[in-house]
Amino acid sequence: MSDPAIWARGLSKRYRIGVPHGAYRTLRENLSGALSRPFRYLRGGGGGAPEEDAIIWALRDVSFDVGEGEIVGVIGRNGAGKSTLLKILSRITEPTEGEARIWGRVGSLLEVGTGFHPELTGRENVYLNGAILGMRNLEINRKFDEIVAFAEIDRFIDTPVKHYSTGMLMRMAFSVAAHLEPQILMVDEVLAVGDAAFQKKCLGRMGDVVREGRTVLFVSHNMTALQNLCSRAILLEKGRVVEDGPAREVVSRYLQEVRTPAVEYAWPDPDTAPGNDKVRLRGARIRVEGGTPEDSLTVRTPFRLEFEFLNLVPGSCLNLSLHLFNEEGVAVFNTFPVDEGRWQGKPFTVGLFRSAVHVPGDLLNSGTHRVLLLVVKDQGVVIYRHDDILVFDVADDPDRRGAWYGNWTGAVRPDLKWETERLEEKGG
Amino acid sequence: MDTTPPDKFPIVIRPASGWIPLNVGEIWRYRELLYFLVWRDVKVRYKQTALGALWAVLQPFLAMLVFTFFFGSLANVGSDGFPYPLFSYVALLPWILFAQAIGQSAESLVKSSNLVQKVYFPRAIVPAASVVSGVVDFALAFLALGALMAYYGVRPGLAVLWLPVLVLFCLSAALGAGMWLSALNVEYRDVRYALPFCLQLWMFATPVIYPGSGVIAWLERHDLPAWLYGLNPMVGVVEGFRWALLGGSVPVGPLIASGSVVSGLLLLTGAYYFRRMERTFADAV
Repeated sequence: MSDPAIWARGLSKRYRIGVPHGAYRTLRENLSGALSRPFRYLRGGGGGAPEEDAIIWALRDVSFDVGEGEIVGVIGRNGAGKSTLLKILSRITEPTEGEARIWGRVGSLLEVGTGFHPELTGRENVYLNGAILGMRNLEINRKFDEIVAFAEIDRFIDTPVKHYSTGMLMRMAFSVAAHLEPQILMVDEVLAVGDAAFQKKCLGRMGDVVREGRTVLFVSHNMTALQNLCSRAILLEKGRVVEDGPAREVVSRYLQEVRTPAVEYAWPDPDTAPGNDKVRLRGARIRVEGGTPEDSLTVRTPFRLEFEFLNLVPGSCLNLSLHLFNEEGVAVFNTFPVDEGRWQGKPFTVGLFRSAVHVPGDLLNSGTHRVLLLVVKDQGVVIYRHDDILVFDVADDPDRRGAWYGNWTGAVRPDLKWETERLEEKGG
Repeated sequence: MDTTPPDKFPIVIRPASGWIPLNVGEIWRYRELLYFLVWRDVKVRYKQTALGALWAVLQPFLAMLVFTFFFGSLANVGSDGFPYPLFSYVALLPWILFAQAIGQSAESLVKSSNLVQKVYFPRAIVPAASVVSGVVDFALAFLALGALMAYYGVRPGLAVLWLPVLVLFCLSAALGAGMWLSALNVEYRDVRYALPFCLQLWMFATPVIYPGSGVIAWLERHDLPAWLYGLNPMVGVVEGFRWALLGGSVPVGPLIASGSVVSGLLLLTGAYYFRRMERTFADAV
């Protein structure tokens, strides 16, 4: 093996739940906790370990090596520990157990645009963001023009970024981060930002990084991109490494697993439900329009996707945004309420809400589809994302096939009207 | 799997335990970030205000007017023979620098939660930047002091050369308290509510609106040494300012000596406490 770049042994990270993530304690609660704890020990017969059910291991005994110049993809379902792993390796949070060693400067693109200040101009933010990511002033000077050109924001560089569109902000953020020249790069889902053209550009940039021989750890749900970029992949499941090997094999195992349809979820306990201190999910399901949950979905059936969520912040304007992906990882569509009359653009009270989207029949092609759900605040800020929240199969409908028995290509399969008419008759 | 790590000089990531000192070398390597954070704070502080940086002067100036009316004229609090406006303004400068540095740095980590959760850097840079960024306001207010001294015809002596030392002293006390409070605030938001009130009390324990000479005289009457008063590090700073700029006669040596012990302790324990809490900031903030 080449020189090592990352060496990880037994990495584990424990979170305490019950104290929901992001919530803070007040001194009073802590003091009363300390007062009641002795009694708890008495009742429980001693034992200093925190109660088992109040603990989740986001990462459990993760070990692997990455050689210099290797490009490793990290995949797994939501909550499998991918982001926690990157957070530990980029030193944002400490592991509870285990040890990792890293050779070389680490750059992480865990979330782009960190530390942008709305009142500062694009130019000022490039410098600020560069410094936050660990670039030296000289380095930013040297690359400034390149960064601006890559982000395509030349004309607005001296405008405060509060006037930028979300797309511009994302481009600028990625551009700064992409020009950082770390020996080890950690990327988490940045490719989900921007329009298709910019995504392509980002992927191109990632490809350059790869060719320059740097080590990359890449977390993504874009299986196509992952297979193209990475030679090796690590599959995490419930915080443990379940497979580590050639990217193609690991990806196909993962796809096998997520292919198991998951058409209904409910999280009755808000403390353990997916979400954060702003929003928590309560349930997600697919309903065949006018049918029962058991009715199967075909390319012709209209259906609805329902999501229930708890809003925890009074007055925030929320909407859901849904991305639908097919088997190949191609985005079939993105949808969010545009002229939904009742709640769109209005401040939500604290409480339980349900949003449903109606998908007409004769739209999707057959095959497995995966739903990515975003909870968006103020129509632009993603406050929560959940990958593969629903996974469902769309069956073929024999009546719709006509005489064709081969593969039906394309991301969608609309029932389009055809007309054929004779324009001229020749001969006889 | 092989359990012995390969050699060479890696970054080691492992759960830390016990009390470890702040990694000063690491902070030094990130000094440019400190500079940029200070620069950002200064740059955005008075954005969207009509009066802009004038506020830096207006705050101590208006406070001085109010104090002069109530304490100087109505209550007739002594001012060691100096014109009361000058007497209180000179004290308000370091006091406002100190109070704002503490206030800003206590909130700093919570306010930068998105940074803390997403990027690695030595976290101590965040409260440090808040402390340092107050110096710009201080400098502006100091210019106004020049005008005030000229108006009253007060000319500072050579002692004025000690001012930078006093400012540094004030900042390090603020940084010590700021590290304590910012780390505490991550865990306990009580800090947010308790701090303004505590700072108010602290101001009364500091000779801003009244002369320190009165307290020292009281201590002497009870056979107590003057340095007891100096245990509040701001006493030495404020009386030091009067001594350096106006030529005040309060003996500031013992005040500063005991104050530096306290602020040194504050800084040291603050650094350790901060480092201890640092590892859970990203999870708790």
